[in-house]
Amino acid sequence: MSMDLSYTSEQQAFRQEVRSWLEEHVPDEPLPSMDTAEGFQRHREWERVLAAGRWAMVTWPEEFGGRAADLITWLIFEEEYYRAGAPGRVNQNGIFLLGPTLMEYGTDEQKARYLPKMGTSEEVWAQGWSEPGAGSDMAAIRATAVLDGDHYVCNGQKTWASRGAFADWIFCIFRTDPDSQRHKGLTFILAPLDAEGVTVRPIEQLDGETGFAEVFFDDVRIPVSHRLGEESAGWKVAMSTAGFERGLMLRSPARFEATAKRLVDLYRRHEDRLDGRVRESVTRAWMNAEAYRLNTYATASRIIAGGSIGSEASLNKIFWSEMDVQMHETALSILDARAQLLPRAPAAADVGSWLDGYLFSLAGPIYAGTNEIQRNVIAERLLGLPRS
Amino acid sequence: MEFLFSEDQQLFQEGVRDFLSKECTPEQIRSLWDTDDGRSQGLWKALGELGLLGVLASEDHGGLGGNEVDFVLLLEEAGRAALSEPLAQNSALAIPLIRDLGSAELANTWLPRLTAGEATAVVGLEADPLVHAADSADLLILQHGSELHAVPGDSVTCVRQECNDFSRRLFQVDWTPDTATCIASGSQAEALIDLTFDRAILAAAAQQLGICQQLIDLAVDYAREREQFGVPIGSFQAVKHMLANVAVKLEFARPVVYRAADSVARGGDHRSLEVSHAKVAACEAAVAGAKASLQVHGAIGYTWEVDLHLWMKRAWALDVAWGTPSFHLARVGATVLADGTRIGPGGLDA
Ligand SMILES: Cc1cc2nc3c(=O)[nH]c(=O)nc-3n(C[C@H](O)[C@H](O)[C@H](O)COP(=O)(O)OP(=O)(O)OC[C@H]3O[C@@H](n4cnc5c(N)ncnc54)[C@H](O)[C@@H]3O)c2cc1C
Repeated sequence: MSMDLSYTSEQQAFRQEVRSWLEEHVPDEPLPSMDTAEGFQRHREWERVLAAGRWAMVTWPEEFGGRAADLITWLIFEEEYYRAGAPGRVNQNGIFLLGPTLMEYGTDEQKARYLPKMGTSEEVWAQGWSEPGAGSDMAAIRATAVLDGDHYVCNGQKTWASRGAFADWIFCIFRTDPDSQRHKGLTFILAPLDAEGVTVRPIEQLDGETGFAEVFFDDVRIPVSHRLGEESAGWKVAMSTAGFERGLMLRSPARFEATAKRLVDLYRRHEDRLDGRVRESVTRAWMNAEAYRLNTYATASRIIAGGSIGSEASLNKIFWSEMDVQMHETALSILDARAQLLPRAPAAADVGSWLDGYLFSLAGPIYAGTNEIQRNVIAERLLGLPRS
Repeated sequence: MEFLFSEDQQLFQEGVRDFLSKECTPEQIRSLWDTDDGRSQGLWKALGELGLLGVLASEDHGGLGGNEVDFVLLLEEAGRAALSEPLAQNSALAIPLIRDLGSAELANTWLPRLTAGEATAVVGLEADPLVHAADSADLLILQHGSELHAVPGDSVTCVRQECNDFSRRLFQVDWTPDTATCIASGSQAEALIDLTFDRAILAAAAQQLGICQQLIDLAVDYAREREQFGVPIGSFQAVKHMLANVAVKLEFARPVVYRAADSVARGGDHRSLEVSHAKVAACEAAVAGAKASLQVHGAIGYTWEVDLHLWMKRAWALDVAWGTPSFHLARVGATVLADGTRIGPGGLDA
């Protein structure tokens, strides 16, 4: 084992294979936003195309339609995916979060029931963890599931479920033990969004589109067979879902490298009228994306060599989310007065996606554990400072 | 693709850390501030025995035959210990330069002694005329336009330029080039000058990683102990977040520096860009570390007596040595922002 930063011939061949397949299949025109009914459908269809080529979940085992790819191979796939400008992944919460959790904690029946339809996005998944009273403090979850024969009777409210307005299923955490406190007594349950007693209320996001939803459970009967892991083991199962590798899959470096490239292209088009400060910001944007890539390759190498990653994931979360905001801020500063225009304004036609991207980047420091919570984790678990 | 250090490399790093924590203490460092040349012959010799000085020299010359990837973690430790001996000058610059010059006579005469800690060599480039430890060097390799000269220590005049970092003896070197001292010229010399400059940048960046780590560690230790309002100050969120921000910078500077080391070792296509990126990232982490660590210490950190300033001053000095951050940002930008450079997912080579 020693440092070797070149790609093996298999890795290069894999890159070529992905590249040619994507060149042939990626839609010429970008799909409509997945936060609209039509766009959601179009993204679901794209997932079916990906799955038919066995590209939808390259890290999954072959028996579930994947390619059993290791993390470095996965990173190469992502680089090609973003290079090709392929559509966003509408079922990312299923494929990258719930899928691996099912493989770890699911029974054979559960795997056979859920994974194939997840892989083809016949069933698209939402994540139902947050509640009005349980945001950063997830252990304050109050929605309940009470055992009644071979069913759980579920009541309560989940909120901020991304793509919940159009999804088919939701993976939730309920309190099954009413006397329990905090992390104890929570259970991981999979719920169909069309079950009787479920009400989905779409919520418009900052951009006016229905990007997430609140989900009300009113005496909803869910078979016990939909429980993932043991009763009261929900916290442990959830932590594995939120674990580092999965975070890495949702936030692979290629995404930010693609943004950095677009920013550099934008800068080149406007270079004549820009000062040295903007030039430095653009350079830094590229450097940050590059640093994130290198850090991810180092982490992936460590995991492949048998290492594991814990609270270091918090360092990552802060870095990518702040980098994303910085890149978009820089782009807007280049656009001048046009930076306030919506994409549909005629004068914004070529640059409107930067404002959209900026709004989305601002959610980064909030979701997946706010950056303040991540800083607490870094200080207490990595640096060893005393708890407050 | 494997972005990992070998077990041997990590063990060597631990050995060096252990050694320096005993032999290069703040008291020892301070004791050299008032001496004539600021050097410790004993420590220099011991570093030679440890193998640290000759990592980049061939085994024939008493070295380890290693490359920059082998050396980078050790330079990091030198930073962590605030080592004042001219390790970077002698072992990251002069030794590989002499090795690469191709003069067997020069190499055979000097490398065994430089590797063993029996002599010291330093390099002076026009890009950074403040030469560390020039007055105590037995041999100086000096740039004169597109020539390199090997000049004995007793034939130059060193004018001391007092540095804010007392452990860093800097000198302006006055000398007269002549044909007898010229050891390389033309394109060979120019290529070696560029390479040596990049090696110097990398060595500074590597040390900054260790300096930043030490600045964090000092602040954490202090914040766990110091109490105000009846609790350790480390339990205050403002203190936690300040240090967490530095930890993020350090975490993302490290792989950039390690990749730069690999690039120098392999002669990568983007070597200059990559060492410059490394220096910007590592200096930013170290300078942020200095600021946060001082703030966490409060007034006690503002004293001469407490050792914190050893690392703060090294961080500030290395921040501007071998090119300021804006110089290096411009160097990265010159490639990345140029028309025709292929950037995008997968980096410059994908
Ligand atoms: C675009 C988007 C998509 C989302 N998608 C999903 C989803 O699919 N499924 C899902 O379950 N959830 C989702 N969420 C919810 C997300 O997980 C929560 O927003 C997040 O956990 C923060 O909770 P909160 O919004 O209630 O903020 P709060 O917890 O109320 O925090 C408000 C502010 O207080 C700060 N704060 C809170 N506690 C502390 C503390 N201990 N120390 C310091 N500061 C503190 C926070 O950092 C923040 O700045 C999504 C959110 C967004 C914005």
